[in-house]
Order: sequence, then C-alpha cells, then structure tokens
Amino acid sequence: MATVTITVNGKKRSATVEDRTLLVSFLRENAGLTGTHVGCDTSQCGACVVHVDGKAVKACTMLAAQADGSEVVTIEGLAQSGELHPVQAAFHEHHGLQCGFCTPGMIMAATDMINRYGAKLDEATIRRELDGNICRCTGYHNIVKAIKAAADAMAGTAQAAE
Amino acid sequence: MYETNYHRPKTVADAAALLAKSDEAKLLAGGQTLIPTMKQRLAAPSDVIDLRHIDDLKGITETGGGGVRIGAAVTHAEVAGSETVRRLIPALASLAGEIGDPHVRHMGTIGGSIANNDPAADYPGALVGLNATVTTNKRELSADDFFTGLFETALEPDEIVTAVTFPAPEKAAYAKYPNPASRYSMTGVFAAKLADGSVRVAVTGAGEDGVFRVAEMEQALSSNWSPDAVAGVKVSSGDMLSDIHGSADYRANLVTVMAKRAVAAAG
Repeated sequence: MATVTITVNGKKRSATVEDRTLLVSFLRENAGLTGTHVGCDTSQCGACVVHVDGKAVKACTMLAAQADGSEVVTIEGLAQSGELHPVQAAFHEHHGLQCGFCTPGMIMAATDMINRYGAKLDEATIRRELDGNICRCTGYHNIVKAIKAAADAMAGTAQAAE
Repeated sequence: MYETNYHRPKTVADAAALLAKSDEAKLLAGGQTLIPTMKQRLAAPSDVIDLRHIDDLKGITETGGGGVRIGAAVTHAEVAGSETVRRLIPALASLAGEIGDPHVRHMGTIGGSIANNDPAADYPGALVGLNATVTTNKRELSADDFFTGLFETALEPDEIVTAVTFPAPEKAAYAKYPNPASRYSMTGVFAAKLADGSVRVAVTGAGEDGVFRVAEMEQALSSNWSPDAVAGVKVSSGDMLSDIHGSADYRANLVTVMAKRAVAAAG
C-alpha cells in the first residue's frame, strides 16, 4: 500500500491505496470525481484524459503512485465560480457532443492543445491533435468547430487583456 | 492488474540496486507500454521502479561534435518540441512528434521505447538510421549492437539506459506509414546521409526481428541520393511481419515506397 497525495483541482487529496491503483481509479473512487471517464481502458480512447502538472495524459495509463506529489486538473476543475470554461462554453454553443461520454476527455485534450498552440491552432492541427481521443458517436465535426471557436475566443480574451 | 510494489528512486544507482534485488522487478519509464501490458496481465512485475524522478536521466544537450544527447527519461513531446533537436536533427524531432498521440507523447520516453524494442516502434529506426550511441549505467553501445531482435536488446538484466547520443547528419528524413488506429508504424523508413558521407537506411515496423538496415539501398544512395535510386530495390518478404493489418508482401512493398518518400523528404 502507498499513501498518495495529489493536488486535484487545487485541493490536496490523500489516500492510502494499493500500489497498482490507477490514477483514474484514484480520481473516481477516492476523490469522488467521476467526470473523468473510463472508456476503452486500453490507452486508446482518451475519455480519461486529465492534466498532470499541466500536461494532458491518459489517467488509465498512469499509476496513482506515479502522480504522488503532482498537480492534477480534471474536468471538474475547469469551470470557475459557476462559469463555464471557454472550451466548455464552446462545446455547448457548437453542440460538440452527442452522447457526451467522450466529452470530458475531449475538453481536457482541447484545453491542452490550446495551451500549446494558442491562436495558431487551425483545423488540420486540431484534427491531428485529436488522434488520442475517440468519439464513438463520430461527432468530430462539431468538436473540431468548438475547439477552434474556443481557441479564437481565448486568444481574443488574451489580446483584450494586454 | 496483479499486485505490485512501486518505487521512486532519485538516482540511477538506487534504481539499479532495486532492480538487482528482485528477478521480477521492472523499470517503469513513461509506462505507456508497461502499464497497459500489466493491466492485461501479460506482465506481472513484483516491483516497478519509476525512472521519471531521476535528474540524471533528464535533459537534451548539444554535444561538442554538433550532435544531440537526449536523457533516457526525456519524453517524446520534449524531443518533438526541443529547439536544439529541431535545429540539428529535424527528422528526429518530427519522428518523435508522430509517436502515438499527444497524451502518450507527454508520458512516453526515448529510453523506455528503445529498451522495450517493439518491432513497430519508431525510435529504433532513428537510432540505427543515425548510427546513434546508447549509454547505459555500465557501458556504451552502438545502435546496431543494441537492438538484437523482437522485443530484445543487448541490455543485461540489471542494466539501465541513461541516454542516447545522435550525431547530426548532413540530411535525413523519416517516412512512416502509421497503423490508422494505433499510430504504430506499419512500416517506417529512416534514411540518412551522415556527416562523414556514409548512408544509412533503417526500417522499423516491418521486420520480424525488429529494426533492420537495407544494404542494397544504402549502396544505391551512396552513389546517387535520389528516390529513383531506391525505387528498384525490393526487399524479401520472407522476414517481414504478417498480421491482420498487413501481409508480409504488403510490408515488403511498403519498405520500398517509404524509402522513396524518406529520400525525397530529406532532399
């Protein structure tokens, strides 16, 4: 057993778990944050994507013990003061979801790619960057539109702030 | 996943000591192969030794001779985004940027990839194609000597890859035909003209024994660096992988196609 302490969405969470516990299990079962989904459980679908120390990773392919001492952001950590994060708002506006199962991973992947590319993010790059996220409803078109709109909106906000 | 014991050493020596203590221990680098394998119960290490917190395994540095030294725990995303790698060996940066998907690239490491030596992995092509040197906690090995077969390397049971050093080539490119689902290489060809004028053509993803060189293509390119020089060179399908994704004949044909594309891309 290992005592694991992870800062999840700004709040420290400690639990004594088996060494083989996956990060996604820690988040769902110990931290009670069930927004991070387990889809394929074979590292392919991306429904479990969270940010660990600022980088998008698959929480089903990392041990909780590996994340001990790290900062993790999950889908529950994006909205601030009851207001949707710009990427969440764009998915809402552009109907970037059908059944919604892949959505948390899509949004965490989208925020990660916007962090890296900013306003330079174009459609081809978005599609390539979504290699690790699968939508079983195949609703990619609106997901891509939502990500592009969010990237543009966030770049606009950044410019206005300067 | 079967039970295991997690360890987080701070030095290579501590990791080696932990590794030597148990016959059933495994090194955990980025974990993008090991953890899925453990989840499928195809691996059941008694201990996993996490290498991500060892400072000596980190960092990308320019070597005196104009090459690049990459620490074993450097991630694919770090190699793809490195200004140093992009300037000196752009083909290596773009290869790293095509491995798996963005989330896998944030975790997966060069040391883990080459120590696993998956026949469909990309890095073995770059190491052999560029005549790279693998440094371990015990010795230095040429890439040609390091990769010995399907999921097999020259590493001793208690040996740990610490870095890989690549010489900067005169020109090089990697052309990959990815499996559309897994992004693993169905066939990838790394073609390079090294600084001393020698030519290397390394193929990954296709061979039954993992990465291999194509001497006939290397000779043809030495006298005439052009896609036409390799267009007529066919490799035998006898030693090719054959699976639901592609037959041996299909992969053998892809070797020639990807070699042409790599040479054309290198310019």
